[in-house]
Amino acid sequence: MTALPPPPARKLGLVIDLDTCVGCHACVTACKGWNDRGFGAPLSDLNAYGSEPSGTFLNRVHSYEVTPGAGPAEVVNFPRSCLHCDNAPCVTVCPTGASYKRASDGIVLVNEDACIGCGLCAWACPYGARELDGQAGVMKKCTLCVDRIYNERLPEEDRVPACVRTCPTGARHFGDLADPESAVSRLVAEREGYELMPEIGAAPVNRYLPPRPRGAAAAGPLTPLLDVKATGLAGWLDRLLEKF
Amino acid sequence: MHPAPSVILFTVLSGAGFGLLFLLACGAVRVFGPSALLLWGTGYGLAGAGLLASAFHLGNPQRALLAFTQWRTSWLSREAWASAGALMLLAPVALAAVMGGGLPPVFGLTGAAACLLTLLSTGMIYAQLRTVPRWNHWTTPALFAAWALAGGAILGGLSYLAALLCLVLALLQVVAWRRGDRRFAARGHTLGTATGLGGGGGAVRAFAPPHTGATYVTREMIHVVGRKHRTKLRVVAVLAGAVLPAALVAALPLSLAAQVPAFVAHLAGAFAARWLFFAEAEHVVGLYYGAR
Repeated sequence: MTALPPPPARKLGLVIDLDTCVGCHACVTACKGWNDRGFGAPLSDLNAYGSEPSGTFLNRVHSYEVTPGAGPAEVVNFPRSCLHCDNAPCVTVCPTGASYKRASDGIVLVNEDACIGCGLCAWACPYGARELDGQAGVMKKCTLCVDRIYNERLPEEDRVPACVRTCPTGARHFGDLADPESAVSRLVAEREGYELMPEIGAAPVNRYLPPRPRGAAAAGPLTPLLDVKATGLAGWLDRLLEKF
Repeated sequence: MHPAPSVILFTVLSGAGFGLLFLLACGAVRVFGPSALLLWGTGYGLAGAGLLASAFHLGNPQRALLAFTQWRTSWLSREAWASAGALMLLAPVALAAVMGGGLPPVFGLTGAAACLLTLLSTGMIYAQLRTVPRWNHWTTPALFAAWALAGGAILGGLSYLAALLCLVLALLQVVAWRRGDRRFAARGHTLGTATGLGGGGGAVRAFAPPHTGATYVTREMIHVVGRKHRTKLRVVAVLAGAVLPAALVAALPLSLAAQVPAFVAHLAGAFAARWLFFAEAEHVVGLYYGAR
């Protein structure tokens, strides 16, 4: 049903470390690879070898240039996917009941057999996390790999979302954000993790860890050599010319 | 937001249809016999065509009936109930008028309420979206109702009411534009809050996009072309959509020679206004792409 459940006891979600993300897009590829063949309609690619290819993905990685008030500019890679909001606006707008939030673990899912493909949930999402599949005509979104995390046929270490499992820098963490003692909650507390666009009121579960502050670049071993002091005739000329 | 021509065409036409049906149902326009067939038929034709077209707009239209299930939470579902309800409740009233008789007013008034509810819930589908600040305001449902009722009054031949509704519409439309223009900035949504990287006075700039081609999200929610003519289109919308028809129906005696040009002008203005309604609306997801 499209009414939101009471606050779930468990809030499964992701914690994404913007300090360690190198923007390799491995999470994007792993996500597409897993979700192409498991839960629901595959993520189609349209005109894949044509001039204007377009496809459905559940995860997108942006890159931003951040110039802090003090210190040098830096590039921050920024993965963006469903944040499994507590106050999910995509759920309540759904006319058919296809979009729902699970009371047991807070995961927001789409029942594709009931989705009419009206697209209103994608309009209601502030984070652009939902994409209508061009071929199946149903709404696709991150399932938090619901078909992996509880799957006892998989080895223990694989029971995490595909993006988390594949991340080569360990920038993605999965766990229960309602439990203050969980590894992800401790990480959020330690690194001052934050939510995206809090002013919109969607109360997302996922958290982002800010890039660690960087000071100015340390002086390199060759830096002193750049400070050239003219001596001899050149030094005399230098001093002479300074006078005019 | 992407201004899909089919959505613009059919929200305008079915709006005018429900506006006309409302006025017929509440007895503001009293017609019997052949003229009842013409007017009720026009109302039903316009309203029904819009509903049918909206169903074909879906990714999976064969499941459209499921849209009736979530009326407790979803405005789209409420619109489905109200529109289908209005068309069903008014069928006996329309039939009685065509036969030359009448039914007790309660029949018509119930149907009229359903028509009004349809118009308001269409507006609320857009007004409920906090993600599109320009729409997220009471003026959105008010405007949907005003355009529909003004169009319906012109079609129904209610000269003075039509002129009055047109003037109210013009005023409301100008207020909605003026206040809407400032709302995105007033809500404080920036790339800094969207990414959380703007703290401590830092500047954030979109450096590299996540994909090289267009996606559903960029096609649907980031519409950047065509806003440059917005001032001209706004003038067209108000002059053709409200001022000209008001002058025509108020100045000329009631006849097809006044009604037809008035309605054609009103429609042209309505299309311009509805196009702007979508094209000017900026979704917050555009921030992530450094484009709105």
